[in-house]
Amino acid sequence: MGHPSDLYTMTISAASAALEAGDISAVELTEAVLRRIDAVEPQIQAFLTVTADHARLQAQEADTRRSQHGRLSMLDGIPLAIKDVICTHGVRTTCGSRMLDTFVPPYDATVMVRLNQAGAVLVGKTNCDEFAMGSSTENSAFQITRNPWNTDCVPGGSSGGSAAVVAAGQALGSLGSDTGGSIRQPAALCGICGLKPTYGRVSRYGLVAFGSSLDQIGPMGRTVRDLALLLSVIAGHDPLDSTSAQQAVPDYVGSLTGDIRKLRIGVPQEYFVEGIDSGVEQVTREAIAVLRDLGAEIIDVSLPHTRYALPVYYIIAPAEASANLARYDGVRYGSRAAAETMWDEIEQTRGAYFGPEVRRRIMLGTYALSAGYYDAYYKRAQQVRTLFRRDFEQVFAKVDMLATPTSPTVAFPIGQRVDDPLAMYLSDIFTMTANLAGIPGLVLPCGFCDHLPVGLQLLGRPFDEATLLRTGDAYQQTTSWHTYQPTLS
Amino acid sequence: MSDYLTTIGLEVHAQVRTASKMFDACSTDYAGGAPNQCISVVSLGLPGALPVINQRAIELAALTGLAINCTVQLHSVFARKSYIYPDLPKGYQISQYDQPICTDGWITIEGDDGQPRRIGIERLHIEEDTGRLVHYPDGTSLIDYNRSGMPLMEIVSKPDIASPEEAKRYFQKLRQILMWIGVNSGNMEEGALRCDANVSVRPASQQAFGTKVEIKNMNSFRAVERALVYEVERQIDVLESGGSITQETRGWNEAQGITVGQRSKEFAHDYRYFAEPDLPPLIFEPAWVEARQAELPELPDVRCARFIADYALSQQDADLLTTDRAVADYFETAVDAARAIQGTPKDVANWILGEGFRLLNDSNEESTNLGTRMPVAHLINVMDLLAQGKITRTVAKQVFEASFQNGQPPDQIVAEQGLTQISDTDALATLAREVIANNPKAVDEYRRGKKTAIQFLVGQIMKATRGQANPQTARTVLEAELDTDA
Repeated sequence: MGHPSDLYTMTISAASAALEAGDISAVELTEAVLRRIDAVEPQIQAFLTVTADHARLQAQEADTRRSQHGRLSMLDGIPLAIKDVICTHGVRTTCGSRMLDTFVPPYDATVMVRLNQAGAVLVGKTNCDEFAMGSSTENSAFQITRNPWNTDCVPGGSSGGSAAVVAAGQALGSLGSDTGGSIRQPAALCGICGLKPTYGRVSRYGLVAFGSSLDQIGPMGRTVRDLALLLSVIAGHDPLDSTSAQQAVPDYVGSLTGDIRKLRIGVPQEYFVEGIDSGVEQVTREAIAVLRDLGAEIIDVSLPHTRYALPVYYIIAPAEASANLARYDGVRYGSRAAAETMWDEIEQTRGAYFGPEVRRRIMLGTYALSAGYYDAYYKRAQQVRTLFRRDFEQVFAKVDMLATPTSPTVAFPIGQRVDDPLAMYLSDIFTMTANLAGIPGLVLPCGFCDHLPVGLQLLGRPFDEATLLRTGDAYQQTTSWHTYQPTLS
Repeated sequence: MSDYLTTIGLEVHAQVRTASKMFDACSTDYAGGAPNQCISVVSLGLPGALPVINQRAIELAALTGLAINCTVQLHSVFARKSYIYPDLPKGYQISQYDQPICTDGWITIEGDDGQPRRIGIERLHIEEDTGRLVHYPDGTSLIDYNRSGMPLMEIVSKPDIASPEEAKRYFQKLRQILMWIGVNSGNMEEGALRCDANVSVRPASQQAFGTKVEIKNMNSFRAVERALVYEVERQIDVLESGGSITQETRGWNEAQGITVGQRSKEFAHDYRYFAEPDLPPLIFEPAWVEARQAELPELPDVRCARFIADYALSQQDADLLTTDRAVADYFETAVDAARAIQGTPKDVANWILGEGFRLLNDSNEESTNLGTRMPVAHLINVMDLLAQGKITRTVAKQVFEASFQNGQPPDQIVAEQGLTQISDTDALATLAREVIANNPKAVDEYRRGKKTAIQFLVGQIMKATRGQANPQTARTVLEAELDTDA
């Protein structure tokens, strides 16, 4: 990369190599990113907090380290953005909610501890749907984030800010969180790469909980290789998260061999159904054809219980959320309404500072767990959930991974679905099964439809992120969709 | 009253003595300190915080289950119990619901007829304690989260308890066991041990249980008994006057000595339990349970029976010596040591229950202090001095007390204070003559045939020697002098 002002367009791996070679400094890189934020943020509105001073300090420290005793990791000096549902010590963490408008965590999430130990530079906290509930980032209590490819469209959600900043060059990579598709759907809609790791692969400690049995933090970036770099740092057992797996972390970067010959890739018929945009289907099928050309074997498969995913998801996730969000009473932190009595204060705090979608899901979940309804809803949903797991187990006995569309449509216009929750929920129809089954899902750009990006989703066996990354990387070695960048004035 | 049967079940909450809280490394050492000192990201339920199971708390819960004859389940599950209250920082309590760690146990208490009675235990489950809300007269409320996240066991009895007196004895027996195995401090004032009761009455002719009422806020053994006596009478009065019992929660008002309605069934909480997604199920190998069994000490009832059998103690002495494990241990150590000086277990028991308990009681101390106040070596020392005739029984008691108070070894006290027993006939004969000369009335009575009057004269010699005279020798010398003079 020649001109310092273009540094923000670099991939993490290219920037890391340039830092290593001494061609650029972390300060130059960070300044380029901060200038880019100044330039395009008024249009994109992706950040809730920009930590410019903090970033400059970290970049200087990275340069000092590099000149004195070498870099801490491939991420040392790399400017990253973090979704605002991940706790950052001393940096406001709002979850896109008025409820946590003023909340400054006194501790770092485990992923932040690991990024800090790796020397990464934090440029800011990104916008998201309130408490990660939504598919367009329009449920943020603070601002509407725009899709860099068409600023009249949504970036997807809930990690819309984390997707948009990577697409718009406001960070080299980011972290999002994915409960039903919240990393993958916005990655697809913004034309970048995103990975939801296997449940338990990345610590949830410090991730503000939405659906505890579904939530997973994951990396977002411009290339699959960048995701491998990020995942290498954040993955692994954490004694502070009892659901994090003991499993050893493989060499994700080393697994990027470019060779996917003999790999068996299943195409589930249930993911190419009525309601999917024909352009999206066509682009997805073309991408699958590329994988076949690279030597993979394409096999038609079936996941018969897929159609139950939406109702099951919208019982389990709100049920868990209804308990997870019970702590926001205004007593210990966050916003507090003024009222006469303690109970009025709590009631009014929750009425005033939660947005409508959050209130809707708390009510849904409370109902599903109530005496007399538990068996018919929550218990039944948990039983059906095991059927998704079984569907995937059976299909993964025959194939190494699945290739599907990510979302039925490309990015949709701002405001189009805000009054129709069900239409909004349907945009995660292809992604939520991975959360219910706990398996990993990778999304990467594979073309355009109506001038908006389309993402290919690859679903893998539990803890086999390496095969997903190898496949995505092989695809990107022969295609150029990931190199396209939106034009912003 | 006799026409009605009473049915009581108790729910006992007992904090588990561990160094850290139930779900994180936060210290539990807050007693006596300022509010909100022992708090953490997890015990405050901050956004993003996650629980991690305290392994030791689990071990102690299983140990407790075994001590009360429960089955330790090889698979149990944590659950979220939802209710909103400001002292519950997450808005839900991590507890156990349909799959608790221990089930189906029993303990034996003394029934109202004096016979042993087995009270069934439904379950023992693990949960976290809440913080404490303090209300002030001006309407403000402040919260102390020191207690938040403390490991807690809930022990639920079967409805096997037939009277308020039995309820009290059940609670006392449970406390004894919990303290005995070291899992709980037994401190009810600090809330480390708490008790709720479910109580119903029914006509003796009726098979089905009556409507039950839950009683809360009983903070002592006495309160448990008083509250239940009151409540049983109240329920009978309601039935007698043609009314019916409302299923509700009532609070015990200690000052007024009454129970007061708090919450009726219609307003009962729906706790919306579901399996805690942040924690894996507890899965144990049988070997793990066996290791807990091996950790279990000999329990008080077994030890009590053994004391009676092995040491020929009375039931009452054995009961007293096994109220507290430290005392029982002290007793057995002393019994072993006493063998060398031909001291009997009964001697040892008498010293502990007589002088030892009296002095502890006088200074208002826990019986666990006996070993530090009066090390076994000191007790044996006193017993030895007495057995060898070096001091009298009266002096022995003085020496015991002095040693208890100042920690000095008894032989040192005897030497320093010159308390050695006087058995020297010549020395005592001189004294006897003085006593005879100074107490003509008693001497006269004696000589006129009232032989018991000599007791008074022996007492005078003991007094003059500050108890050091050998009473037997003193008596012999007195008799010789009195008979000679006559």
